[in-house]
Amino acid sequence: MERRLPDGARWRALLESAGPVLADGAMGTMLFEAGLMSGDSPERWNVERPDVIRGIHRAYRDAGSRILLTNTFGENRFRLALHGLDTRVAELNEAAARLAGEVAHAPGCDAVVAGDIGPSGAILAPLGDLERADAVKGFAEQAAALYAGGVDVFWIETMSALEEVEAAVEGARQAAPGVPIVVTMSFDTHGCTMMGVRPEQAAKELTALGAVAVGGNCGLGPAELLPAMIAMRAAAPDAVLIAKPNAGLPVLEGDRAVYRGSPEEMADYARRLTAAGVRIVGGCCGSAPEHLRAMAAAIGDRPR
Amino acid sequence: MSSDLTQLPLEELLEQIQDNLYGGNAEPVVAGVHELLRRGLTPYEALTQGLIAGMDVVGEDFRTGKLFVPQVLMAAKAMKAGMEVLRPLLAETGAPRIGTLVIGTVKGDIHDIGKNLVGMMMEGAGFQVINLGINTDVEKFLHAVREHAADILGMSALLTTTMPYMRVVIQALKEAGLREKLIVLVGGAPLNADFAKSIGADAYCRDAAKAVATAKRLMAEKNGAPIA
Repeated sequence: MERRLPDGARWRALLESAGPVLADGAMGTMLFEAGLMSGDSPERWNVERPDVIRGIHRAYRDAGSRILLTNTFGENRFRLALHGLDTRVAELNEAAARLAGEVAHAPGCDAVVAGDIGPSGAILAPLGDLERADAVKGFAEQAAALYAGGVDVFWIETMSALEEVEAAVEGARQAAPGVPIVVTMSFDTHGCTMMGVRPEQAAKELTALGAVAVGGNCGLGPAELLPAMIAMRAAAPDAVLIAKPNAGLPVLEGDRAVYRGSPEEMADYARRLTAAGVRIVGGCCGSAPEHLRAMAAAIGDRPR
Repeated sequence: MSSDLTQLPLEELLEQIQDNLYGGNAEPVVAGVHELLRRGLTPYEALTQGLIAGMDVVGEDFRTGKLFVPQVLMAAKAMKAGMEVLRPLLAETGAPRIGTLVIGTVKGDIHDIGKNLVGMMMEGAGFQVINLGINTDVEKFLHAVREHAADILGMSALLTTTMPYMRVVIQALKEAGLREKLIVLVGGAPLNADFAKSIGADAYCRDAAKAVATAKRLMAEKNGAPIA
């Protein structure tokens, strides 16, 4: 049985030593490789196929990833509702956190478990239909379950709207005030998020919300994320920056989407991103363990 | 702002309505529309010269990254408010029908922000829009196309895993004998023109502005005459 450390202790230890830190790569892409079918719920696999989830975490850890994101991107009640699973938020999130913990906190390993919190899929009122109080409640519910499963840090990602980030941060704080919070947004629309948030604005506002690290993920690929990270660096020189780009954009082969970004290309950008002041690099959609292994070598984070 | 709209030359009044639309100010848009009608413009003229012309600018600035989703949503809300004034009058006066769009996100997919934007921009262009929401299956699409005698079907998918369902819907339309008369537009981040072609859609639309332009063009081809 793993020892439960004080909240946030592993996260702080991870950043204690200087130098770049490797996060992990895509979860969804790996699940489809493992046979997840169109329309299936990736969330269910936390309880039905725990071996697969554990295997993916292990592959990333062995590639050199020191931050493992739980398979909980779509596990808030708003998105689980599509699969009729919205009554199982607690069970699925806690299970996912434990699976990642078994791998990250195994004897001899010092990886951290990041509790992945994705967007609700809705737009907050008054612009949209989701009331802020309901959003906070939904995020708090997910965060509480992740915390019960033993996550080291909350990892709020792929966000487009600052209002929703605020709601997610508030929910996470309510659930576990001592757990550090990380926020990354997706800069995929003319260099901004879909909702028009500029990288420099994100850097300032996310830092002001108390996020311990901020950055960009998903989006159009590493080439497009690089200028966003440079802008974030300039706006928040002291912030710990995170870049977790897709392996390029998907290309269709028949009905199948294939990401063409090679491990070499991702490694090259990992180098450029860290040179631009990014502390934590990883991959999003389309990045597999081989990409992460190449990135680990490129940034000099020790491979295992 | 001058409260006396009646004193404004028509050109400035139209410009003001378009500015207010752009800024998402619903109330002044409604006031402006009433003033256009008071001056004797037909509801159709008020629609095309005031609202649609204004939304064209919004669409163009969205396409080029000058506006983002929040501003477009606000503009669309203002457009809707103006449209509520005009809709009953348009029907009464037998104004030219621009077209009917049935739109939905396909089965298995819950993403609807982009799809809703397309719906609003199409309303902004004067189309009647029936929005079926998310997670829409074949039966629901076919039923709505029949019931509303749709001119256009719009399908959206944000996931690489759900976009193949578009092919299923198009196949079912063919089998039901509905495909011939219908314009089928598809959109969503992972799609492209080749995919649209391969599944038998009429066009892939990269964004909401493109969807409106494409819908107008294909409707004109279908009707053999350009529309406003």
